[in-house]
Amino acid sequence: MKAKIGFFDFAGCEGCQLTVMNLEEELLQVLQLVEIVAFREVMGGSATAARLDIAFVEGSICRPGDRERLLKIRRRSEILVALGSCADNGGVNALGSDRTPEVLCQQVYGANLPHLYTEPPQPLAAVVTVDYRIPGCPIDGREFLATLQALLLHQQPELPSFSVCVECKLAEYPCSFDDGQICLGPITRAGCRAICVEGGSYCRGCRGLIDSPRTSPYHRILEEHGLSVEEILDQYRTFNVKEQPS
Amino acid sequence: MKIELDYLARIEGHAHLVVDQEKGQITRCQLQVVETPRFFEAMLQGRHFRDVATIVARVCGVCSISHTLVSLMATETALQIEVPPQAQLLRRLLSYGEIIQSHLLQLYFMALPDYLGVPSLFHLLEKRQPLVARALRLKRTANRICEVVGGRPIHPVTTCLGGFSARPEASELKKLRQELVAALPDLEATVDQFAEFSYPQFSRRREALCLQADHQYPLHGSRLMSSSGSNYSVSDYRQQLEEYLSPHSTAKLARTERGSYMVGPQARLRNGSRQLSSMGSKVCQALQLNPAGLNPFENLKARLVEVIHYTEETLHVVDELLLSGLNRVRAKEPSTTGGNGTAAIEAPRGLLFHSYQYDKQGLLKTADCVIPTAQNLASIEEDLQLLLPELLDQPEQQLRQRLEMLIRAYDPCLSCSTHLLKIELV
Repeated sequence: MKAKIGFFDFAGCEGCQLTVMNLEEELLQVLQLVEIVAFREVMGGSATAARLDIAFVEGSICRPGDRERLLKIRRRSEILVALGSCADNGGVNALGSDRTPEVLCQQVYGANLPHLYTEPPQPLAAVVTVDYRIPGCPIDGREFLATLQALLLHQQPELPSFSVCVECKLAEYPCSFDDGQICLGPITRAGCRAICVEGGSYCRGCRGLIDSPRTSPYHRILEEHGLSVEEILDQYRTFNVKEQPS
Repeated sequence: MKIELDYLARIEGHAHLVVDQEKGQITRCQLQVVETPRFFEAMLQGRHFRDVATIVARVCGVCSISHTLVSLMATETALQIEVPPQAQLLRRLLSYGEIIQSHLLQLYFMALPDYLGVPSLFHLLEKRQPLVARALRLKRTANRICEVVGGRPIHPVTTCLGGFSARPEASELKKLRQELVAALPDLEATVDQFAEFSYPQFSRRREALCLQADHQYPLHGSRLMSSSGSNYSVSDYRQQLEEYLSPHSTAKLARTERGSYMVGPQARLRNGSRQLSSMGSKVCQALQLNPAGLNPFENLKARLVEVIHYTEETLHVVDELLLSGLNRVRAKEPSTTGGNGTAAIEAPRGLLFHSYQYDKQGLLKTADCVIPTAQNLASIEEDLQLLLPELLDQPEQQLRQRLEMLIRAYDPCLSCSTHLLKIELV
C-alpha cells in the first residue's frame, strides 16, 4: 500500500509547499510511491480524519486556533516533519519578536482589535513533538526528496552537521568576509550548497545554527574584519526566533 | 439556507466564504480572510535598506520575485540609484518567469480540476497522465527562467540594490532559449485544452487598473492607467486609491473615487491589448476572448494569453542579451542613505505597490505595501453578490462549486494580503 502523506500550513508564505510542487518530474515519480491525501493549496475535498503516515507542516504557530489544529494533525500522523524555517525555528515571522503582538498590530492596523490577536510566533516544536525537520527559507527540494526517501525506507533522515562555510569553500566561492560583508556561513547548517553566496550575496542563516557552533574562532573572524557581535545578531534575528545558547 | 465553505481549496492562502439567505434574499455574502496576520510593515521598521527586499520577499512564496523587485525599485527611488539597462532587462526576465510560472500553476492545478470535474490534478494521474506530465513540464520551463536569472525560483538570491550580484552565463541563456522553444508545442496543446471548455456567462461593469502600457504590455513603469481614462503617477497612489473598512466584513479593501476596481491579467489585457505579442494576439482570437470583456470567469483565458505573450517576450529579451553580450548589471553604491520612494510592479495577480521612508542612517522608518488581492477583494464580493441570485435555484453542490470557481478565477493570494486584511474567524 502507498504511504499516505499530507501537507499543512500555518503562518508563512507557502513557499516551501511550492518548492515541493516545483519538483515537477520528480514529483511524478514521488506520486508513484505515495498518496497525497491533504494539500489544500492544490487539492479540494481532502479527507480530514484519515490516518497519515507522514505530515509535512509549514509555517509558525501564532494563534490559539493554530495550536488546536496542529495538535489534531499530530494525533493523526505517524511522523511529523517541520517544513522550512518558519516551522523549524520561527523563520522571518520572528523578526517582530522584539515587540509584543499588540504593538505590532497597532503599528500596522492603527488599532488594537481583538480578532487580530496573535501570540509571538513559535516553531512547531513549541507545541508538539517534531520528529524530523527540513530547514531553510525556502526548503531545498533535493533535501525534501532525500528526507522523504529515508522515511519511506524506514531510515533516519540526516541533516548535515557541518556549516555552510564548508560547502562554500568546497565550491570555491569568494569569501563574503573578504568582501567586507557579514556572513553567517561559519555557524549555519549546510545543505543549501551555499546558494546565496553563489548568487553574489551572503549567508543570512535561514537554515539555523549547526549543533555545536564554536563561537571563539567566529568572534576572532568578526574582530579581524572590524565587525561587532551586535551586527551579527542583527542578521541572525532575520530568520531565527531567538538567540539559542551557543 | 446558510452556505459555508471553510478553508477554500486550490487558492493561495486561507479564506472562508459565508453566505446567508432567507426566502431568496441574500442577507450576507462574505469572503473572510483567515490568514494569520504577520505584520510585515512593522517588522521592517528599523531595518537597513540592504535587508529590506530579502525580508519582504517572504510575504509570499508564489510572488516573491515581484515583492523583491518592487521593494528594490522603491528603495532605489528613495536613494536615487540608477539601474543599468541590462539589469533592467534581466529584471524583466525574472518578472516574465514568475508570471508564467504562477499563471500555469493557477490554470493547471487550481482551475482546470473544476472544468474536468476532479478534486485535483493529481486525480488525473492514471487516466490522463500526458496532461499532468505536460503541466509539470511547462511549469519546469517557467521556473528555469527564474532559476537562470534569479538563482532559484522562490526567494531569488542574485537580485540586489542597483541590479544583480551575479549574472547568468551566455551558455545558460542559450540553453534556456532552447528549452523555451521546445515548450511551444506544449503551450499549443494548452491553448487547445482551454479553448474546449465552456466558461460560465456572467458580466459586471467595473474599472480596470494597471501600469501604463506605452510601448510594451504593462509590467514595470512609473505611471498608472485606468479603463476610466485617468492616468497618474505611481507616487500618487495614496491620493487615487483609498483603503477602507467595509461595514459587513472586517477586511480592509480598496477603491477609487468611482468604486471598486479590478487588477490582474484581465485588467492588463483590457488596457494593454494593443501591445500584445503576435502570438499573444492570435491566442486571444483562438480562445474567442474579447480583451474588453467583463466576465471575470474569463480571467483564465486572459492568464493563458499572458503566458503566451510573456513566453514570446522572454525569447526576445534572451536574444537581445545574447546579441549585445552581458556587461555591467550593478549600479555603484548609493551616495545618499535617506529619502522616500514608491514603486509599483505588475505581479502575476496585478498591481503591487511598495512605499518606504528611510532616515539618514539608511534605516527604514515607515513601509506601506498594497497588494493585488486586497485591491480585488471588493470586486470579488460585488461579483458574488450579483451572481448569487442567479444561482439560487440550482442544487447546492452546483451553487457552491460555481462560487468557488468565481473566487478561483481571480487567483486570490491571501498570504500576501494578510498584513493588510482584518481577520474574522468563522
